[in-house]
Amino acid sequence: MEQLRETPLIGRHTALGALVAPFGGWNMPIQYEGIIAEHRWCREKAALFDICHMGEFLYKGDIVAGGLDHLFSFPVSTIPVGRSRYGFLLNDQGGIIDDLIVFRLADAEAMIVVNAATADNDFTVITSRLNDPALIRDLSAATGKLDLQGPLSRDILVDLLGPEIAEIPYFRFIRMNILGSEAIVSRTGYTGELGYEIFLPSEKVTQLWDLLAANPGVKPAGLGARDLLRLEVGYSLYGNDLDETITPLEAGLDGFVNFGSPFTGREALLKQQAEGLRRAKIALRVGSRRSPRHHYEVWSGDTRVGTVTSGAFSPMLGCGIGLALVDPVVAATGTCITIRHENVTMDATVCGLPFYSGGSLRR
Amino acid sequence: MPATYYTKEHEWVKVEGNIATVGITDFAAHQLGDVTFVELPSTGKTVKQFEVLCAIESVKAASDIYSPVSGKVVSVNEVLDNTPEVVNESPESAAWMACLEMSDPGETARLMTREQYEEYLNGL
Repeated sequence: MEQLRETPLIGRHTALGALVAPFGGWNMPIQYEGIIAEHRWCREKAALFDICHMGEFLYKGDIVAGGLDHLFSFPVSTIPVGRSRYGFLLNDQGGIIDDLIVFRLADAEAMIVVNAATADNDFTVITSRLNDPALIRDLSAATGKLDLQGPLSRDILVDLLGPEIAEIPYFRFIRMNILGSEAIVSRTGYTGELGYEIFLPSEKVTQLWDLLAANPGVKPAGLGARDLLRLEVGYSLYGNDLDETITPLEAGLDGFVNFGSPFTGREALLKQQAEGLRRAKIALRVGSRRSPRHHYEVWSGDTRVGTVTSGAFSPMLGCGIGLALVDPVVAATGTCITIRHENVTMDATVCGLPFYSGGSLRR
Repeated sequence: MPATYYTKEHEWVKVEGNIATVGITDFAAHQLGDVTFVELPSTGKTVKQFEVLCAIESVKAASDIYSPVSGKVVSVNEVLDNTPEVVNESPESAAWMACLEMSDPGETARLMTREQYEEYLNGL
Protein backbone atom coordinates (compact mmCIF):
# COMPACT_ATOMS: atom_id res chain seq x y z
CA MET A 1 0.00 0.00 0.00
CA GLU A 2 1.16 3.50 -0.83
CA GLN A 3 2.50 5.57 2.05
CA LEU A 4 0.00 8.22 3.21
CA ARG A 5 1.22 11.76 2.65
CA GLU A 6 1.11 14.41 5.37
CA THR A 7 0.81 18.20 5.19
CA PRO A 8 3.26 20.51 7.04
CA LEU A 9 0.53 20.95 9.68
CA ILE A 10 0.29 17.31 10.83
CA GLY A 11 2.05 18.22 14.11
CA ARG A 12 -0.49 20.98 14.78
CA HIS A 13 -3.39 18.61 14.14
CA THR A 14 -2.14 15.90 16.47
CA ALA A 15 -1.28 18.49 19.17
CA LEU A 16 -4.91 19.71 18.93
CA GLY A 17 -6.12 16.14 19.47
CA ALA A 18 -7.60 15.85 15.99
CA LEU A 19 -8.99 12.60 14.67
CA VAL A 20 -6.68 12.02 11.70
CA ALA A 21 -7.66 9.59 8.93
CA PRO A 22 -6.77 8.78 5.30
CA PHE A 23 -8.38 10.98 2.65
CA GLY A 24 -7.32 10.95 -1.00
CA GLY A 25 -3.94 9.41 -0.18
CA TRP A 26 -3.30 11.86 2.65
CA ASN A 27 -3.47 11.64 6.42
CA MET A 28 -5.89 14.48 7.12
CA PRO A 29 -7.72 15.94 10.15
CA ILE A 30 -11.37 14.81 10.08
CA GLN A 31 -12.41 16.61 13.25
CA TYR A 32 -11.01 18.44 16.26
CA GLU A 33 -13.65 19.21 18.92
CA GLY A 34 -16.54 17.75 16.90
CA ILE A 35 -17.96 17.94 13.39
CA ILE A 36 -21.18 19.78 14.27
CA ALA A 37 -19.45 22.30 16.56
CA GLU A 38 -16.91 23.05 13.81
CA HIS A 39 -19.69 23.32 11.22
CA ARG A 40 -21.56 25.81 13.41
CA TRP A 41 -18.41 27.82 14.07
CA CYS A 42 -17.90 28.20 10.31
CA ARG A 43 -21.49 29.35 9.79
CA GLU A 44 -21.23 31.88 12.66
CA LYS A 45 -17.55 32.91 13.00
CA ALA A 46 -14.52 31.79 10.97
CA ALA A 47 -13.20 28.26 10.46
CA LEU A 48 -9.62 27.47 9.45
CA PHE A 49 -9.03 24.47 7.18
CA ASP A 50 -5.74 22.79 6.23
CA ILE A 51 -6.22 22.20 2.50
CA CYS A 52 -2.55 21.60 1.66
CA HIS A 53 -3.46 18.22 0.17
CA MET A 54 -5.05 19.73 -2.92
CA GLY A 55 -2.99 19.93 -6.12
CA GLU A 56 -1.70 23.07 -7.84
CA PHE A 57 -0.28 23.18 -11.37
CA LEU A 58 1.38 26.26 -12.87
CA TYR A 59 1.10 26.85 -16.62
CA LYS A 60 3.40 29.39 -18.23
CA GLY A 61 3.05 30.13 -21.92
CA ASP A 62 0.63 31.41 -24.52
CA ILE A 63 -2.80 30.15 -23.43
CA VAL A 64 -4.06 29.43 -26.97
CA ALA A 65 -0.86 28.46 -28.80
CA GLY A 66 0.27 26.16 -25.96
CA GLY A 67 -2.99 24.22 -25.97
CA LEU A 68 -4.37 25.17 -22.53
CA ASP A 69 -7.39 26.93 -23.96
CA HIS A 70 -9.14 23.72 -25.03
CA LEU A 71 -8.28 21.54 -22.05
CA PHE A 72 -11.24 22.27 -19.82
CA SER A 73 -15.02 22.71 -20.17
CA PHE A 74 -14.50 26.45 -20.70
CA PRO A 75 -11.86 28.47 -22.61
CA VAL A 76 -9.14 29.71 -20.23
CA SER A 77 -8.43 32.62 -22.62
CA THR A 78 -11.80 34.17 -21.71
CA ILE A 79 -10.99 34.40 -17.99
CA PRO A 80 -9.79 37.94 -17.24
CA VAL A 81 -6.50 38.22 -15.34
CA GLY A 82 -7.28 38.31 -11.60
CA ARG A 83 -10.32 36.06 -11.87
CA SER A 84 -10.90 32.33 -11.54
CA ARG A 85 -13.42 29.89 -12.97
CA TYR A 86 -14.81 26.50 -11.92
CA GLY A 87 -15.16 23.70 -14.47
CA PHE A 88 -14.08 20.23 -15.57
CA LEU A 89 -11.37 18.14 -17.12
CA LEU A 90 -13.29 15.59 -19.21
CA ASN A 91 -12.56 12.33 -21.00
CA ASP A 92 -13.66 11.57 -24.58
CA GLN A 93 -17.00 10.26 -23.33
CA GLY A 94 -17.69 13.50 -21.45
CA GLY A 95 -17.01 11.81 -18.08
CA ILE A 96 -15.48 13.98 -15.38
CA ILE A 97 -11.77 13.24 -14.78
CA ASP A 98 -11.78 16.04 -12.21
CA ASP A 99 -13.53 19.25 -11.19
CA LEU A 100 -11.15 22.16 -10.76
CA ILE A 101 -10.64 25.91 -10.61
CA VAL A 102 -8.40 27.80 -13.05
CA PHE A 103 -6.85 31.06 -11.84
CA ARG A 104 -5.75 33.46 -14.59
CA LEU A 105 -2.57 34.79 -12.98
CA ALA A 106 -1.33 36.78 -16.00
CA ASP A 107 -1.84 37.01 -19.75
CA ALA A 108 0.37 33.94 -20.27
CA GLU A 109 0.13 32.30 -16.84
CA ALA A 110 -2.54 30.20 -15.13
CA MET A 111 -2.79 28.13 -11.94
CA ILE A 112 -4.96 25.02 -11.96
CA VAL A 113 -6.22 23.80 -8.58
CA VAL A 114 -7.36 20.16 -8.48
CA ASN A 115 -8.51 17.50 -6.00
CA ALA A 116 -5.90 15.63 -3.97
CA ALA A 117 -6.80 12.06 -4.92
CA THR A 118 -6.89 12.87 -8.63
CA ALA A 119 -3.94 15.27 -8.83
CA ASP A 120 -1.33 12.86 -10.20
CA ASN A 121 -3.61 11.52 -12.93
CA ASP A 122 -4.84 15.04 -13.78
CA PHE A 123 -1.26 16.16 -14.30
CA THR A 124 -0.56 13.23 -16.61
CA VAL A 125 -3.71 13.88 -18.66
CA ILE A 126 -3.19 17.65 -18.87
CA THR A 127 0.48 17.28 -19.83
CA SER A 128 -0.37 14.78 -22.57
CA ARG A 129 -2.90 17.18 -24.09
CA LEU A 130 -0.62 20.22 -24.16
CA ASN A 131 1.49 21.03 -27.22
CA ASP A 132 4.60 21.08 -25.03
CA PRO A 133 4.75 19.32 -21.64
CA ALA A 134 7.38 21.83 -20.46
CA LEU A 135 4.66 24.51 -20.29
CA ILE A 136 3.25 23.11 -17.05
CA ARG A 137 4.73 22.19 -13.68
CA ASP A 138 3.24 20.35 -10.73
CA LEU A 139 3.73 22.69 -7.75
CA SER A 140 1.54 20.66 -5.35
CA ALA A 141 4.32 19.66 -2.96
CA ALA A 142 5.78 23.18 -2.76
CA THR A 143 2.42 24.91 -2.39
CA GLY A 144 0.46 25.20 0.84
CA LYS A 145 -3.21 26.13 1.02
CA LEU A 146 -5.23 27.40 3.98
CA ASP A 147 -8.93 28.21 3.77
CA LEU A 148 -10.51 30.73 6.13
CA GLN A 149 -14.28 30.50 5.82
CA GLY A 150 -17.10 32.18 7.70
CA PRO A 151 -18.75 35.57 8.20
CA LEU A 152 -15.80 36.93 10.23
CA SER A 153 -13.17 35.85 7.69
CA ARG A 154 -12.96 39.19 5.85
CA ASP A 155 -12.45 41.28 9.00
CA ILE A 156 -9.86 38.84 10.34
CA LEU A 157 -7.84 38.87 7.11
CA VAL A 158 -8.09 42.65 6.76
CA ASP A 159 -6.57 43.00 10.25
CA LEU A 160 -3.84 40.48 9.50
CA LEU A 161 -3.00 41.13 5.84
CA GLY A 162 -4.30 44.60 4.98
CA PRO A 163 -7.31 46.55 3.67
CA GLU A 164 -6.96 45.25 0.09
CA ILE A 165 -8.58 41.98 1.25
CA ALA A 166 -11.88 43.83 1.68
CA GLU A 167 -11.91 44.73 -2.02
CA ILE A 168 -11.76 41.18 -3.46
CA PRO A 169 -15.07 40.22 -5.13
CA TYR A 170 -16.33 36.62 -5.33
CA PHE A 171 -14.23 34.42 -7.68
CA ARG A 172 -11.47 37.00 -7.89
CA PHE A 173 -8.05 36.97 -6.25
CA ILE A 174 -5.07 39.15 -5.48
CA ARG A 175 -1.35 38.39 -5.36
CA MET A 176 0.36 39.76 -2.30
CA ASN A 177 3.33 39.31 -0.02
CA ILE A 178 2.58 37.17 3.05
CA LEU A 179 5.39 36.47 5.56
CA GLY A 180 7.98 37.52 2.99
CA SER A 181 6.71 35.23 0.23
CA GLU A 182 4.55 35.68 -2.84
CA ALA A 183 1.04 34.44 -2.08
CA ILE A 184 -2.44 34.35 -3.62
CA VAL A 185 -5.57 35.28 -1.69
CA SER A 186 -8.71 34.14 -3.48
CA ARG A 187 -12.32 34.88 -2.58
CA THR A 188 -13.51 31.31 -3.09
CA GLY A 189 -14.40 28.36 -0.90
CA TYR A 190 -16.42 25.22 -0.35
CA THR A 191 -18.75 26.18 2.49
CA GLY A 192 -21.39 28.65 1.26
CA GLU A 193 -19.91 31.28 3.57
CA LEU A 194 -17.89 34.40 2.92
CA GLY A 195 -14.37 33.04 2.73
CA TYR A 196 -10.90 33.00 1.31
CA GLU A 197 -8.43 30.44 0.03
CA ILE A 198 -4.80 31.37 0.60
CA PHE A 199 -2.00 29.80 -1.47
CA LEU A 200 1.56 30.26 -0.25
CA PRO A 201 4.85 28.32 -0.12
CA SER A 202 4.43 25.21 2.01
CA GLU A 203 7.30 26.20 4.32
CA LYS A 204 5.26 29.27 5.40
CA VAL A 205 2.02 27.41 6.08
CA THR A 206 2.64 26.65 9.76
CA GLN A 207 3.52 30.26 10.51
CA LEU A 208 0.34 31.55 8.83
CA TRP A 209 -1.76 28.84 10.52
CA ASP A 210 -0.46 29.97 13.93
CA LEU A 211 -1.21 33.64 13.19
CA LEU A 212 -4.75 32.83 12.08
CA ALA A 213 -5.44 30.30 14.83
CA ALA A 214 -4.41 32.87 17.48
CA ASN A 215 -7.44 35.01 16.57
CA PRO A 216 -10.31 34.38 19.02
CA GLY A 217 -12.78 34.35 16.11
CA VAL A 218 -10.97 31.44 14.47
CA LYS A 219 -11.22 27.73 15.21
CA PRO A 220 -9.73 24.90 13.17
CA ALA A 221 -12.23 22.72 11.31
CA GLY A 222 -11.65 19.32 9.75
CA LEU A 223 -12.76 17.60 6.60
CA GLY A 224 -15.88 16.25 8.36
CA ALA A 225 -17.28 19.75 8.88
CA ARG A 226 -16.14 20.74 5.39
CA ASP A 227 -18.18 17.89 3.90
CA LEU A 228 -21.34 18.93 5.80
CA LEU A 229 -20.87 22.58 4.88
CA ARG A 230 -20.45 21.87 1.17
CA LEU A 231 -23.41 19.49 1.04
CA GLU A 232 -25.75 22.01 2.71
CA VAL A 233 -25.10 24.38 -0.18
CA GLY A 234 -25.28 21.59 -2.77
CA TYR A 235 -21.66 21.54 -3.95
CA SER A 236 -20.51 18.28 -5.54
CA LEU A 237 -17.67 16.20 -4.09
CA TYR A 238 -15.41 14.41 -6.56
CA GLY A 239 -15.36 10.67 -5.91
CA ASN A 240 -18.90 10.80 -4.43
CA ASP A 241 -21.08 12.91 -6.72
CA LEU A 242 -18.71 13.10 -9.68
CA ASP A 243 -16.49 10.54 -11.39
CA GLU A 244 -15.29 9.45 -14.81
CA THR A 245 -18.62 7.75 -15.61
CA ILE A 246 -20.72 10.85 -14.85
CA THR A 247 -20.98 13.81 -17.22
CA PRO A 248 -21.48 17.45 -16.15
CA LEU A 249 -24.95 17.30 -17.76
CA GLU A 250 -25.98 14.33 -15.59
CA ALA A 251 -24.45 16.05 -12.57
CA GLY A 252 -26.63 19.12 -13.23
CA LEU A 253 -23.54 21.25 -13.75
CA ASP A 254 -24.03 22.25 -17.42
CA GLY A 255 -23.75 25.90 -16.33
CA PHE A 256 -19.99 25.28 -16.06
CA VAL A 257 -19.70 23.95 -19.63
CA ASN A 258 -19.14 26.37 -22.51
CA PHE A 259 -20.22 24.69 -25.75
CA GLY A 260 -19.11 27.71 -27.80
CA SER A 261 -15.51 26.52 -28.04
CA PRO A 262 -13.86 23.12 -28.57
CA PHE A 263 -12.75 20.88 -25.67
CA THR A 264 -12.24 17.16 -25.10
CA GLY A 265 -15.62 15.56 -24.41
CA ARG A 266 -17.65 18.26 -26.14
CA GLU A 267 -19.02 15.99 -28.90
CA ALA A 268 -20.06 13.34 -26.38
CA LEU A 269 -21.87 15.95 -24.30
CA LEU A 270 -23.66 17.38 -27.35
CA LYS A 271 -24.75 13.86 -28.30
CA GLN A 272 -25.99 13.21 -24.77
CA GLN A 273 -27.85 16.51 -24.80
CA ALA A 274 -29.51 15.67 -28.13
CA GLU A 275 -30.49 12.15 -27.10
CA GLY A 276 -31.76 13.18 -23.67
CA LEU A 277 -30.33 12.25 -20.29
CA ARG A 278 -30.80 8.75 -18.95
CA ARG A 279 -30.13 9.89 -15.39
CA ALA A 280 -30.19 13.20 -13.60
CA LYS A 281 -28.85 14.69 -10.39
CA ILE A 282 -31.45 15.53 -7.76
CA ALA A 283 -31.38 17.09 -4.34
CA LEU A 284 -33.52 15.42 -1.71
CA ARG A 285 -34.80 16.19 1.79
CA VAL A 286 -35.63 13.39 4.20
CA GLY A 287 -38.75 13.73 6.36
CA SER A 288 -36.80 12.91 9.55
CA ARG A 289 -33.38 13.34 11.15
CA ARG A 290 -32.20 10.17 9.38
CA SER A 291 -29.18 10.54 7.08
CA PRO A 292 -29.09 9.18 3.56
CA ARG A 293 -25.56 8.04 2.75
CA HIS A 294 -23.38 7.39 -0.30
CA HIS A 295 -24.63 4.25 -2.17
CA TYR A 296 -28.07 4.10 -0.47
CA GLU A 297 -30.79 3.15 -2.98
CA VAL A 298 -33.45 5.51 -4.32
CA TRP A 299 -36.88 3.98 -4.97
CA SER A 300 -40.15 5.25 -6.42
CA GLY A 301 -42.85 2.90 -5.17
CA ASP A 302 -41.62 -0.60 -6.08
CA THR A 303 -39.12 0.60 -8.69
CA ARG A 304 -35.46 1.23 -8.05
CA VAL A 305 -34.77 4.60 -9.70
CA GLY A 306 -31.26 5.55 -8.62
CA THR A 307 -28.52 5.89 -6.02
CA VAL A 308 -27.60 8.43 -3.37
CA THR A 309 -24.20 10.01 -4.12
CA SER A 310 -23.89 12.16 -0.96
CA GLY A 311 -25.95 12.40 2.18
CA ALA A 312 -25.85 13.75 5.72
CA PHE A 313 -27.84 15.15 8.58
CA SER A 314 -28.08 18.90 8.04
CA PRO A 315 -27.61 20.82 11.30
CA MET A 316 -29.03 23.96 9.67
CA LEU A 317 -32.21 22.26 8.38
CA GLY A 318 -32.61 19.68 11.14
CA CYS A 319 -33.26 16.84 8.70
CA GLY A 320 -31.44 14.44 6.40
CA ILE A 321 -30.35 15.82 3.02
CA GLY A 322 -28.72 14.25 0.01
CA LEU A 323 -27.75 14.31 -3.63
CA ALA A 324 -28.62 11.40 -5.91
CA LEU A 325 -28.38 10.24 -9.50
CA VAL A 326 -31.81 9.05 -10.62
CA ASP A 327 -34.07 8.25 -13.54
CA PRO A 328 -35.21 11.66 -14.87
CA VAL A 329 -38.88 10.62 -14.41
CA VAL A 330 -38.55 11.30 -10.67
CA ALA A 331 -36.39 14.42 -10.98
CA ALA A 332 -39.14 17.04 -10.69
CA THR A 333 -39.14 19.12 -7.51
CA GLY A 334 -41.77 17.86 -5.09
CA THR A 335 -41.61 14.22 -6.24
CA CYS A 336 -41.91 11.79 -3.32
CA ILE A 337 -39.23 9.08 -3.23
CA THR A 338 -37.99 6.48 -0.77
CA ILE A 339 -34.38 5.94 0.32
CA ARG A 340 -33.52 2.35 1.25
CA HIS A 341 -30.52 0.61 2.75
CA GLU A 342 -30.69 -2.87 4.30
CA ASN A 343 -33.54 -2.66 6.83
CA VAL A 344 -33.69 1.15 6.83
CA THR A 345 -36.32 3.06 4.84
CA MET A 346 -36.78 6.81 4.75
CA ASP A 347 -39.32 8.96 2.93
CA ALA A 348 -37.86 11.89 1.05
CA THR A 349 -38.89 14.67 -1.32
CA VAL A 350 -37.02 16.02 -4.34
CA CYS A 351 -36.13 19.65 -3.66
CA GLY A 352 -34.16 22.56 -5.11
CA LEU A 353 -30.62 23.70 -4.32
CA PRO A 354 -29.10 25.04 -2.21
CA PHE A 355 -30.54 23.26 0.81
CA TYR A 356 -29.28 26.10 2.98
CA SER A 357 -29.29 29.62 1.56
CA GLY A 358 -28.62 31.73 4.65
CA GLY A 359 -24.83 31.78 4.25
CA SER A 360 -22.63 34.88 4.11
CA LEU A 361 -21.09 33.87 0.75
CA ARG A 362 -21.89 37.04 -1.20
CA ARG A 363 -22.03 39.43 1.74
CA MET B 1 -29.43 -2.22 45.02
CA PRO B 2 -29.18 -1.54 41.23
CA ALA B 3 -26.32 -3.19 39.35
CA THR B 4 -24.93 -2.08 35.99
CA TYR B 5 -23.58 -4.48 33.35
CA TYR B 6 -21.91 -3.99 29.99
CA THR B 7 -21.81 -5.72 26.57
CA LYS B 8 -19.04 -6.23 24.02
CA GLU B 9 -21.11 -4.03 21.67
CA HIS B 10 -20.76 -1.20 24.22
CA GLU B 11 -24.27 -1.07 25.64
CA TRP B 12 -24.88 -0.64 29.37
CA VAL B 13 -27.82 -2.00 31.29
CA LYS B 14 -28.87 -0.97 34.79
CA VAL B 15 -30.93 -3.61 36.55
CA GLU B 16 -33.35 -2.70 39.37
CA GLY B 17 -35.70 -5.54 40.30
CA ASN B 18 -36.97 -6.88 36.97
CA ILE B 19 -36.60 -3.53 35.14
CA ALA B 20 -33.57 -3.06 32.88
CA THR B 21 -32.60 0.41 31.63
CA VAL B 22 -30.45 0.39 28.47
CA GLY B 23 -28.09 2.88 26.88
CA ILE B 24 -24.70 3.07 25.14
CA THR B 25 -21.39 3.62 26.88
CA ASP B 26 -19.22 6.70 26.94
CA PHE B 27 -16.74 4.81 24.76
CA ALA B 28 -19.42 4.07 22.14
CA ALA B 29 -20.70 7.66 22.11
CA HIS B 30 -17.16 8.92 21.62
CA GLN B 31 -16.54 6.47 18.77
CA LEU B 32 -19.76 7.50 17.02
CA GLY B 33 -19.03 11.22 17.18
CA ASP B 34 -21.92 13.69 16.98
CA VAL B 35 -25.14 11.70 17.30
CA THR B 36 -27.84 13.05 14.97
CA PHE B 37 -30.66 10.51 15.26
CA VAL B 38 -31.86 7.80 17.63
CA GLU B 39 -34.51 5.37 16.42
CA LEU B 40 -36.21 4.40 19.67
CA PRO B 41 -37.99 1.05 19.89
CA SER B 42 -41.80 0.94 20.17
CA THR B 43 -43.15 0.32 23.64
CA GLY B 44 -44.52 -3.20 23.84
CA LYS B 45 -41.81 -4.54 21.51
CA THR B 46 -40.31 -7.80 22.74
CA VAL B 47 -36.69 -8.54 22.09
CA LYS B 48 -34.27 -11.37 22.84
CA GLN B 49 -30.85 -10.89 24.42
CA PHE B 50 -28.25 -9.54 21.92
CA GLU B 51 -30.88 -8.91 19.20
CA VAL B 52 -31.32 -5.48 17.61
CA LEU B 53 -33.21 -3.19 19.99
CA CYS B 54 -33.00 0.10 18.07
CA ALA B 55 -30.70 2.15 15.85
CA ILE B 56 -28.49 5.19 16.14
CA GLU B 57 -26.94 7.52 13.59
CA SER B 58 -24.07 9.95 13.89
CA VAL B 59 -22.50 12.36 11.46
CA LYS B 60 -20.11 9.52 10.60
CA ALA B 61 -22.13 6.30 10.61
CA ALA B 62 -25.36 4.37 11.19
CA SER B 63 -25.32 1.50 13.69
CA ASP B 64 -27.61 -0.88 15.53
CA ILE B 65 -28.02 -1.04 19.29
CA TYR B 66 -28.39 -4.54 20.71
CA SER B 67 -30.47 -5.42 23.72
CA PRO B 68 -28.29 -6.61 26.65
CA VAL B 69 -31.22 -8.66 28.00
CA SER B 70 -34.45 -10.30 26.80
CA GLY B 71 -37.72 -8.61 27.61
CA LYS B 72 -40.52 -6.24 26.71
CA VAL B 73 -39.98 -2.51 26.15
CA VAL B 74 -42.07 -0.64 28.74
CA SER B 75 -40.83 2.94 28.19
CA VAL B 76 -38.49 4.91 25.95
CA ASN B 77 -36.59 8.18 26.39
CA GLU B 78 -38.50 10.48 24.04
CA VAL B 79 -36.13 13.36 24.82
CA LEU B 80 -33.76 11.74 22.33
CA ASP B 81 -36.26 12.22 19.44
CA ASN B 82 -35.48 15.92 19.18
CA THR B 83 -32.21 16.21 21.10
CA PRO B 84 -30.13 13.14 20.19
CA GLU B 85 -27.00 15.15 21.11
CA VAL B 86 -27.79 14.20 24.74
CA VAL B 87 -26.18 10.86 23.81
CA ASN B 88 -22.84 12.68 23.46
CA GLU B 89 -23.37 14.86 26.53
CA SER B 90 -24.50 12.19 28.98
CA PRO B 91 -24.35 8.71 27.42
CA GLU B 92 -24.36 6.72 30.65
CA SER B 93 -27.08 8.67 32.47
CA ALA B 94 -29.46 11.19 30.80
CA ALA B 95 -29.33 9.38 27.45
CA TRP B 96 -30.89 6.11 28.55
CA MET B 97 -32.80 4.75 25.57
CA ALA B 98 -35.33 2.20 26.79
CA CYS B 99 -36.59 0.40 29.87
CA LEU B 100 -37.36 -3.30 29.52
CA GLU B 101 -39.30 -5.67 31.71
CA MET B 102 -36.81 -8.53 31.90
CA SER B 103 -37.99 -12.02 31.09
CA ASP B 104 -34.89 -13.79 32.46
CA PRO B 105 -32.83 -12.00 35.15
CA GLY B 106 -30.28 -14.82 34.96
CA GLU B 107 -29.07 -13.44 31.59
CA THR B 108 -26.93 -10.82 33.35
CA ALA B 109 -24.45 -13.64 33.95
CA ARG B 110 -23.52 -13.32 30.23
CA LEU B 111 -22.67 -9.59 30.64
CA MET B 112 -19.57 -7.84 31.95
CA THR B 113 -19.14 -5.92 35.20
CA ARG B 114 -17.60 -2.42 35.06
CA GLU B 115 -14.17 -3.86 35.89
CA GLN B 116 -14.47 -6.54 33.21
CA TYR B 117 -15.67 -3.96 30.65
CA GLU B 118 -12.75 -1.65 31.37
CA GLU B 119 -10.37 -4.57 30.99
CA TYR B 120 -12.11 -5.38 27.68
CA LEU B 121 -11.67 -1.74 26.50
CA ASN B 122 -7.97 -1.84 27.37
CA GLY B 123 -7.60 -4.88 25.13
CA LEU B 124 -9.19 -3.19 22.09
